[in-house]
Amino acid sequence: MLEQIEGSKAVARAVASCRPEVICAYPISPQTHIVEALGSMVKGGELKSCEFINVESEFGAMSALIGASATGVRSYTATASQGLLFMIEAVYNAAGLGLPMVMTLANRAIGAPINIWNDHSDAMAVRDSGWIQLFADSNQAAVDLHIQAFRLSQDVSLPVMVCMDGYILTHAVERLDLPEQESVDKFLPPFEPRQVLDVDDPVSIGAMVGPDAFAEVRYLAHAKQMQAMELIPTIASEFRSVFGRDSGGLVRGYGLDGADTIVVAMGSVLGAIEDAVDELRGAGIMAGAIGITTFRPFPISAIREAIGTPARVVVVDRAFSAGMGSILATDVALALSHQSVRIYTVVAGLGGRAITRTSLVHCLEDAANDALEPLTFLDLDHDVVNRELARMGKDRRSGPSAENILRDMGLPGSG
Amino acid sequence: MAYRQVKFYQTGSFAVGGRLLDTPERTVQSGMSRTNALTLGHRACQGCGEALGARYVLDAAMHATGNKVIAANATGCLEVFTTPYPETSWQVPWLHSVFGNAAAVGSGIAAALRAKGQTDIRVVAQAGDGGTVDIGIGCLSGMFERNDDVLFVCYDNEAYMNTGVQRSGSTPPAARTATTEAVGEEPGNPWGQGKDMPRIAMAHEIPYVATATVAELHDLEYKVEKAMEYRGARYIHILVPCPLGWGSEPADTIRLARLAKETGIFPVFEAEKGEVVATSKIRSKVPVEDYLSLQRRYAHLFKPARRDDVIDAIQDSADRNIRRFGLLGEA
Repeated sequence: MLEQIEGSKAVARAVASCRPEVICAYPISPQTHIVEALGSMVKGGELKSCEFINVESEFGAMSALIGASATGVRSYTATASQGLLFMIEAVYNAAGLGLPMVMTLANRAIGAPINIWNDHSDAMAVRDSGWIQLFADSNQAAVDLHIQAFRLSQDVSLPVMVCMDGYILTHAVERLDLPEQESVDKFLPPFEPRQVLDVDDPVSIGAMVGPDAFAEVRYLAHAKQMQAMELIPTIASEFRSVFGRDSGGLVRGYGLDGADTIVVAMGSVLGAIEDAVDELRGAGIMAGAIGITTFRPFPISAIREAIGTPARVVVVDRAFSAGMGSILATDVALALSHQSVRIYTVVAGLGGRAITRTSLVHCLEDAANDALEPLTFLDLDHDVVNRELARMGKDRRSGPSAENILRDMGLPGSG
Repeated sequence: MAYRQVKFYQTGSFAVGGRLLDTPERTVQSGMSRTNALTLGHRACQGCGEALGARYVLDAAMHATGNKVIAANATGCLEVFTTPYPETSWQVPWLHSVFGNAAAVGSGIAAALRAKGQTDIRVVAQAGDGGTVDIGIGCLSGMFERNDDVLFVCYDNEAYMNTGVQRSGSTPPAARTATTEAVGEEPGNPWGQGKDMPRIAMAHEIPYVATATVAELHDLEYKVEKAMEYRGARYIHILVPCPLGWGSEPADTIRLARLAKETGIFPVFEAEKGEVVATSKIRSKVPVEDYLSLQRRYAHLFKPARRDDVIDAIQDSADRNIRRFGLLGEA
């Protein structure tokens, strides 16, 4: 059913069609519209047999979902940024317990400095938590991935996080194909876990596991992710047969034929990257792109297969590890460790800075000429950072960076 | 009036002679059909008040609900000593997640049961004092204000015992812990700090709040069974002496719990919707010194020099409890 709709509301509709039974809501931008819409569907009776809990924190949200999932009901919440960090102890716990549930992560930067706009720092902060992490590159993908996520989650008994770019996707209004309830019911079997909190068959869940068995449990967590890697393409193909469109999967290629400069990225930036690829191809540069849909498990084989043997790979990452560089590029480099290829890293779009096609094209032209720095911060204001670096070179007194910049500029309110 | 006060006691111990009671008035614990929700084989220390309290509570809750109880447990001694994988001492469906979220996990279980239409199954969430008054207070307060259908039980041994006896927000003034050592001019835990969790719970105006000790089994079971008659958020705060952390004899656990009540140090009462409706009267008032002197965590109050100023201050706070809750007089 085609409809002109905001990304958040579309995701809420997709989630509702999966018949969740417990939803926890705690406000944090930019995910809030999703839980607002779900709350209204529960209160209005449109979404039946569902408990909607206004929790006191994201930690409470994830904790309540742990209780709900262990009791055997389909569970959902959404968060972003600081909210994800606030619940992180429970995020790891849900994965460690192998509890199926789905969470939307409306990707947003992490402070300080506080910043409500988009980047992928939040998702990267929990990449080792044991959750499956899927990245939507469009709102249609976000809708479709949520439906696949519920299926995947219960099939491998792991929590699944659907990452969608905050504001860029969550607040964008566009025409989407929303799933029919009948089709979702056909695609998504009832939630029937093997072991639940049952008064007729009492089990203890969450026992203290010592050195004698801990490694085995952790190994199985990895093995389940590897199983998910096998399942994700299967689920995507079943999704295609029920809903009639391609969605999900591990990776997605664009213009890879004969490409010698391949861009790798995740999320909504892939739209701008595809436009840049077209422009470069028009100028005779053999560019191509690979979008990573499944970030955890990390699809090493699928990337190898898709990427072929280009001369160079440019990883565009919306997050980075201070003191190291791109997080995504580190993983991509591992996938390419079997071949000789130059890898460039472009850190872009931090804290919501627009990634323009013009900047991308310039950057990729430089890469194609092997004139790009190995680590580039796209559109960085070098004057500002160089001034602050020069001051730090002279004066080793500590102080917060953003405020130091203002102080040196002599701006009001800067002390 | 909390429950029918039984007037006969074994000489010296105040222990109620169960055999002297009619069967319906006997405790769940003394019955052949008790469920042993927390059964043998666990690894609690000798004389552990928390192990006793947890079994009393869950057996009573199961008795009240026809064995339809699910338990959520915070991290802490109770979790560690009961579930050394692959063993477990729980004969009740039981879930441990992390330290600070037992109340929220309980809320989630209750919500799931509502969604499934299984509201005959009831939820007990339990934690030590750290998991209740400190790291768990956010989730607990949320569970209270939403009036989620969960009984939360705090087993209060007045410090972080599992990690080696560090101070919590429930540690009483002057008590020695590993982070409030008995050194310096004011040895032990500082005065003017700490939280009164039962009264914080009452401020949420939830249906039922009660305090109890492991010394008064009839009273404790009565309160758990009464709590299970309500729907919504309920809170029971149980004083559970800890021989390890208090430096007391394992054989003195029940005696100390009784002395905490008989001195006025730990007021035992019930409240409904924020109002105190019943108090357990002190049977024969004893000075706080009788309670303090049995515990090495207070040893610095007696030697090398006797600290009458501190002992008097503790007596004053016990007397204030007695006035505040009207703990003296006829039951």
